Amino acid sequence: MNLNNIEPMDKEIESLSAVVIRFVGDSGDGMQLTGTQFTDTSAMFGNDVATFPNYPAEIRAPQGSLYGVSGFQVHIGSVEISTPGDDLDLLVAMNPAGLKTNFASVKPGHTIIVDIDSFTKKNLQKAEYESNPLEDGSLENYRLIEVSMTSMTKEALKDLGLDNKSITRSKNMFALGIVYWMYNRDMNYTLNFFDEKFKYKPTVAEANAKVLRAGYYYAETLELIPNAYKIAPSTMPKGTYRIINGNMATAWGFLAAAEKAGLELFLGSYPITPATDILHELVKHKNFGVKAFQAEDEIAGVTSSIGAAFAGDLAITTTSGPGLALKGEAIGLALMTELPLVIVNVQRGGPSTGLPTKTEQSDLLQAMYGRNGESPVIVIAASTPADCFDYAYEAAKLTLEHMTPVILLTDGYIANGSEPWKIKSINDMADIKHRQITAASESWHPYDRDNDTLSRNWAVPGSPGLEHRVGGLEKDKITGNVSYVPDNHEYMTNIRAEKVKRVENNIPDLKAEYHEEGDLLVIGWGGTYGSLHSAVRSLSTDDQKIGHAHFYYLNPFPKNTHEVLSRFKKVVVCELNKGQLAFILRGKYPDIDFIQYNKVMGLPFSVTDLVAKFNNIIKED
Amino acid sequence: MEATIDKKYTFKDFASDQEVRWCPGCDDYVILRSMQKALPEMGVNKEDVVFISGIGCSSRFPYYIDSYGMHSIHGRAAAISSGVKLANPDLSVWMITGDGDSLAIGGNHFIHLLRRNLDINVILFNNEIYGLTKGQFSPTSLIGQKTKSSPYGNTQPPFHPGELALGAQARFFARLGGNSPKEMTALFVEAQKFKGTSLIEILQNCVIFNDGCFTQFTDKNVKEDKQLFLEHGKPMIFGKERDKGMVLNGLKLEVRTIGEEGITEQDILVHDAKCEDNTLHQMLVKLQYPLATGVIRSYQDTTFEEREEALNQEVKSHSSFSKVDELFFSGETYEVK
Repeated sequence: MNLNNIEPMDKEIESLSAVVIRFVGDSGDGMQLTGTQFTDTSAMFGNDVATFPNYPAEIRAPQGSLYGVSGFQVHIGSVEISTPGDDLDLLVAMNPAGLKTNFASVKPGHTIIVDIDSFTKKNLQKAEYESNPLEDGSLENYRLIEVSMTSMTKEALKDLGLDNKSITRSKNMFALGIVYWMYNRDMNYTLNFFDEKFKYKPTVAEANAKVLRAGYYYAETLELIPNAYKIAPSTMPKGTYRIINGNMATAWGFLAAAEKAGLELFLGSYPITPATDILHELVKHKNFGVKAFQAEDEIAGVTSSIGAAFAGDLAITTTSGPGLALKGEAIGLALMTELPLVIVNVQRGGPSTGLPTKTEQSDLLQAMYGRNGESPVIVIAASTPADCFDYAYEAAKLTLEHMTPVILLTDGYIANGSEPWKIKSINDMADIKHRQITAASESWHPYDRDNDTLSRNWAVPGSPGLEHRVGGLEKDKITGNVSYVPDNHEYMTNIRAEKVKRVENNIPDLKAEYHEEGDLLVIGWGGTYGSLHSAVRSLSTDDQKIGHAHFYYLNPFPKNTHEVLSRFKKVVVCELNKGQLAFILRGKYPDIDFIQYNKVMGLPFSVTDLVAKFNNIIKED
Repeated sequence: MEATIDKKYTFKDFASDQEVRWCPGCDDYVILRSMQKALPEMGVNKEDVVFISGIGCSSRFPYYIDSYGMHSIHGRAAAISSGVKLANPDLSVWMITGDGDSLAIGGNHFIHLLRRNLDINVILFNNEIYGLTKGQFSPTSLIGQKTKSSPYGNTQPPFHPGELALGAQARFFARLGGNSPKEMTALFVEAQKFKGTSLIEILQNCVIFNDGCFTQFTDKNVKEDKQLFLEHGKPMIFGKERDKGMVLNGLKLEVRTIGEEGITEQDILVHDAKCEDNTLHQMLVKLQYPLATGVIRSYQDTTFEEREEALNQEVKSHSSFSKVDELFFSGETYEVK
């Protein structure tokens, strides 16, 4: 045990409003589980939370390697938490590689806990350390706590008769035990979790519980680790909550929409990181009549959904960027046949295979324009893990009411990140008025349209008298039969565009938060909401009027967009791409000068960087 | 599907108002007419019939049938049909495709449809050429075949659709010449009655780009001598004189003449289309002389949708959730007061 350079801190228990903790280790060290347990326990305690799992694409990268480091960051607070946080108050590093790749994020003077047993010569070499960082003074600006986690875990489990591998695998629970004690967390949630998860492996449950307690009591017994921090419960709106990640919220949004619309849900999908968890979740719910079909490829994922839509189901397909590229032609078929279809793209770093486990917002232009021909579709984006529920629901509602495909964009960051969700009852959700018909008058035609939305009726097979044919060839404007008539093609092209435009009558206005007019308007869309919101919150004052407008509706834009933009002296568009929304905005509103702030590192924005950028923009004249 | 049909149809009920636009003399007309005749015989309601096609000359087919239909995109009819059938298993789903559509661009969907065994009827129009794009070789074109994209002769060995299908675990495979309307109508009805994916390969003559490619088997003067028309439970006998038959010699199917070398009808193999083991079916689909036609394989197996439905019922019987609210508010929730 070695505590160097600790400032004499007078804190029996220090009350903090928020802390950021990151657990790092090998990709097989159980860091995701450790982080999730800490998150859930903190949420149960009443904290607001936000998480950021960051893991390599390799399932089990070589042990101890720098690229095999898996991390889980959690931000807990008694105040509103919008992001998983930038800089760390506490880093728990299970090996040298984890320390090396993460210690720079720790705030100077703050705490690093390491498993000193893993700092062997071999592991230091694998982490490309020339000297031991625990001894060479490179961590002297931090509060370093060295714990023999591996050996104490072995000691705690010596009587259980487990093999060596199972024993070492439990050391993450020793770390969790220490952190539970440091932050006054109750162990019961995790102890119950073991009992449930290892119901049929009682020895494993017992081993995990033993090690968790060992870590907890170790921290308590040795006064060297002060019981320093207390994070009080936050003041969130009253209600029933659960912790939810973006992919689960997306899946549940569709469950809710199907029940509300009175339709069966069909998912055609092919596994792809980071979207697959939506398939994993929906395939469980056969009890709700969900048909989750794992197809032979991305194209079969979308086309089976088109078949299901033709036959009357609420049909969706889920994918990430490379899969959206493969689905392009079929999305064109759905919009030509004017069938309802939702395509979820959980974006990741691109192009090509890119960075499958990292986040990016670089598929906006693909979603908007990535098809042959004049092929506008509705594009919307969720902004936080929990609001994936609302926007999945909204995507289903819009496609069913407007009879044209909807692309829902989320991203790896919000898909895997989690936060408290104030649970919504289906009774609180807006009605969905789908266009399905099973009977019609003699004069009915397949391409008859609603006067307001221009959407056609949805006549489904099995309905006598409504037999008709659809297809990818251009359609006659009324009968839907094949038509090569020049005027008809132009008319239909305009109708398909106008249909999407009229969605603006069915969506809310763009809102500027904090200030509705003023010096600087910060614009974003999708999963950057939390970072932008935090940065603007910290800068916006009565003297310095900074607003934040976040786009949930990207095609069409809300009707009042230009009006909101023109109320500010400066406008900055912040995106995790090279300026895709900015490109669209410039084309649409050429009178406005759009400043850009972009990042493509596979990581979310740092609030600190955003604040610095916004300060600079305000100062410049 | 047990149809309780309340209407009597004639072939006119299934003819749409669209003008048929295939080339004069195309076998596609024969197939269309046979289908319009077969549909009233199937015991299904018109509104329950769905035709899904991909792209190619044959894929215009749905426009000419007055039922529900979708003319989709190249190669994807199998996946779209699967979606239709999974969404509503009560529908009679027909997939119309060609050698380019299903054996080239849509090959992946085609084999997976057969593997899964959904109750879908597939008609594969094989003309050994690309017609709609005006005359390139297809995956079933012969080696040496001169086409617009192989002016010096095709160098890509062909697929035999039957062999590919059986390799992909097809439960039902039949083959017919495009000039056999009577057999075709009966075969379409049989395919509808079969539960599982029924694949029917039609040797369809393209009068423009590959005229006469099947004449050696299908010309009415040679048909009986060159084709072995298979029927389950009947001996494999063919020939104008009904004097030729198939015997198994080691691992080879061989032709023998009844009455020669002491061969009697008793020595001729009896066709068993319904057996699970497809070894003999594999031999039959590869025969060049005689060409095996009729129902080569018809093995009744559990369908994909039956497995899914059984699982659905089981999951439902164990689930405590019937409304999504029950799920949302279950498990690890907590109150903020």
